[in-house]
Amino acid sequence: MLTLNINGESHALDVSEDMPLLWVLRDVVGLTGTKFGCGISMCGACTVHIDGEPIRSCVTPVVAVAGKRIVTIEALEHDPVGKSVQEAWRELDVVQCGYCQSGQIMSATALLRTNQKPSDADIDAAMAGNLCRCGTYGRIRSAIKLAGTRVTSV
Amino acid sequence: MKDMKGSAPRSATRRQILQAGGAFVLAFTIPGCDRGGPRERPAESAVGAATGRDTGEVAGLNPNAFIRIDREGIVTLVMHKVEMGQGTFTSIPMLIAEELEVDLSRVKLEQAPADDALYADPILGGQITGASTSVRGAWEPLRRAGAAARMVLIEAAAQEWGVDADSCVARNGTVTHPETGRALDYGQLVDAAAKLSPPSVVPLKEPADFKLIGKVHKRLDSPAKVNGSAKFGIDARLPDMRIATVAASPVPGGKLKSTEDAAALGVKGVRQVLKLENAVAVVADHMWSARQGLAALAPTWFDGPHAQLTTAAIVAEMDAASNKEGAVARDDGDARQTITGSQRNLQAIYQMPFLAHATMEPMNCTVHVRPDACEIWCGTQVPAMAQDIAAKITGLPLEKVQVHNHYIGGGFGRRLEVDYVAQAVAFAKQMKEPLKVVWTREEDIQHCIFRPYYYDRLAASLDEKGMPSAWSHRITGSSIMARYAPNLVKEGVDPDAVEGARDLQYGIPNIRVEYVRHEPPFATAFWRGVGATHNVWVVESFLDELAAAAKKDPVDYRRALLSDVPRLRAVLELAASKAGWGKPLRSSSDRRFGRGISAQFVFGTYMAQVAEVSVGKDGDVRLERVVCAVDCGHAVNPDTIVAQIEGGVVFGASAVLWNEITFDRGRVQQSNFFDYRIMRINEMPRVEVHIIPSTESPGGIGEPGCSAIAPAITNAVFAATGKRIRKLPINAEGLRTA
Repeated sequence: MLTLNINGESHALDVSEDMPLLWVLRDVVGLTGTKFGCGISMCGACTVHIDGEPIRSCVTPVVAVAGKRIVTIEALEHDPVGKSVQEAWRELDVVQCGYCQSGQIMSATALLRTNQKPSDADIDAAMAGNLCRCGTYGRIRSAIKLAGTRVTSV
Repeated sequence: MKDMKGSAPRSATRRQILQAGGAFVLAFTIPGCDRGGPRERPAESAVGAATGRDTGEVAGLNPNAFIRIDREGIVTLVMHKVEMGQGTFTSIPMLIAEELEVDLSRVKLEQAPADDALYADPILGGQITGASTSVRGAWEPLRRAGAAARMVLIEAAAQEWGVDADSCVARNGTVTHPETGRALDYGQLVDAAAKLSPPSVVPLKEPADFKLIGKVHKRLDSPAKVNGSAKFGIDARLPDMRIATVAASPVPGGKLKSTEDAAALGVKGVRQVLKLENAVAVVADHMWSARQGLAALAPTWFDGPHAQLTTAAIVAEMDAASNKEGAVARDDGDARQTITGSQRNLQAIYQMPFLAHATMEPMNCTVHVRPDACEIWCGTQVPAMAQDIAAKITGLPLEKVQVHNHYIGGGFGRRLEVDYVAQAVAFAKQMKEPLKVVWTREEDIQHCIFRPYYYDRLAASLDEKGMPSAWSHRITGSSIMARYAPNLVKEGVDPDAVEGARDLQYGIPNIRVEYVRHEPPFATAFWRGVGATHNVWVVESFLDELAAAAKKDPVDYRRALLSDVPRLRAVLELAASKAGWGKPLRSSSDRRFGRGISAQFVFGTYMAQVAEVSVGKDGDVRLERVVCAVDCGHAVNPDTIVAQIEGGVVFGASAVLWNEITFDRGRVQQSNFFDYRIMRINEMPRVEVHIIPSTESPGGIGEPGCSAIAPAITNAVFAATGKRIRKLPINAEGLRTA
């Protein structure tokens, strides 16, 4: 039995220790906002925060995050930075199919927590692990910068 | 907006609708969209009746309509198209709301149930979301639906007040009588409106009076897609649902040979092993156990007759086939004679690879088969086809199969196919519980239904001024239409295979276009940009070769050939001008820079793109900037147009630069994003889109951006390096200088 702290709630779960966090979230807990894309940490669709840091949940064994603070897209609006990112995403109509966007937003939020004025190179470095097949990258870049201006003024 | 939910099959739906929302519903159907089929009805039935009780057959009531208004005034728009990122869940409501006079932010959207007769696209003839048709097909009929509904509501109010309908105004979901200041909300009018005869003449607004159309409107699906609440097919969750992952024969036509069932069943969480002739599924409590179970199952296969299949062998066969005469798609003048008799002629062979779609959401489908019914939860571009295949596999009548369509995590043509639905139904039929089948990324890449390989022979002759006097284009490739819509293949010509080639826009006196059908030993499928993605690359590349041979500027050369196509010439000139065509490019000691142009008229849309590329010493090509000019007729939601072009550029560029599916020993050699490379944010070019204002009927926009980018890139590579790219993806080795 493992105890996980997901979005501020404690979950006691009977799962194998080597089970990737992604499947615990999606198939056991029922939080489907975090997406499966590649299973080998190459697309970023499964990005969640562990103690504020972005990680790829598809390759993170659940035992490694027991006792840590797990935050998924479903709770991001309670985070002031995350909320700004979501607002900027809506304002610039970033999404298309939307499947990768939970992961994009989680990565962007983590970037803006430590760097409110990211350069293009900073954005490339933080976001290059998140694939978008619809090609929304230009708007992702603009939305990160827009959200950054608001985080600064918070 | 609420999560999408499919409604029940048509017989049950009426009952549900009648019991919903206070039981009073006004329903409208669209004769223009109701194409053919037994239930086509005259315009008189465009307005349905409303009733407070279920009286059985209610004349004219169409349960699967496009607009419903209940007593509370809640407007529900039933989306006959599926949202896969292209913005149709915003642009189609805009068309209806423009004429219905309702606040778009307050309407509810609902996914249409599977129904080919009611929800057929007027262009495609079936309940299909594809080929950049959604706004084109809906442009007139759905505005007319909105207008007819508004007119009936106004008439109801006018009768209530004893005034002339012309003296009443509908705005924002309310009918008012300005002279007396009286007002009634739509919800208060549905009972009366339902008893009225529908208008026989339904005039539409003049474009100058549009309040919504042509203005940027925020996507209605955005809020749910930024907070994780949007439901894709893969997110379906049902009581007692099991989750399976699958392996299908790695070789086309192969069959299952052996499995280690005991080992798989020994994995914690694994419940069952299910088998088909050519695939196996491990059923578990969750995907992790299913994946581990599949690894333990270690299936082996009878590879069958294609055990030694290679790409090289397929291409060698295509090369041989391309020497034969093809079905003639176009024959103006005498192209072959002119070329043979000319002193100045050029020949080239162009090749495009098999491609996977690699949607971000891997193929998946959830199915519950019961003795008397089958329910399906998935994202599909073709709900009626999904319903049909499930009925065939289960043996249930069509109306006992219900498709709950979802948001699609990338379509690009992949979800025009129902192979993944058929497979899930075949597995789920062996179980009592609902079964969610999820493909791994590897399964998704390797068992995609691939875009065809194309092998094109081009020839042309130039006159004394260097302009083309004849053009010959023989396309060799598989026919998707012969499988998908065989009635559209006429005299051996697959209209998709020749799209963008047969309708060559340039003024050349002698043109011959032929099609040679050649099938690999597996089915092939549509891919974003369909036929145009293939032919626009070939045609625009070869035309660039002619310009180079004539020592003329590629833009001037095209312009001279487009005197009869002013809209295409206009986008060509605009793109060139905005891109600074002819002006010096950046230079650096380690990268070579070049600009390339493409022009096309496909999907009813005129577009030109200028690409700027740089090529490194090791031959790596970087797409630096794209300038696009587009005339797509009336721009319904301009920001969606920009977004679709940005996305099309990225999708097309990934393919040009990196993507191919290859076979060795019968097996696909690629498996995940490390060997099927998708453009990343650090590789994203600057994209500028310039829309030419127009009041012409809308053209399609989901695909043109994707078809235009390939030749713009390869022509730019030629400008930068002097190397003509005739085979995709670009081979960096061939561009290496160090």
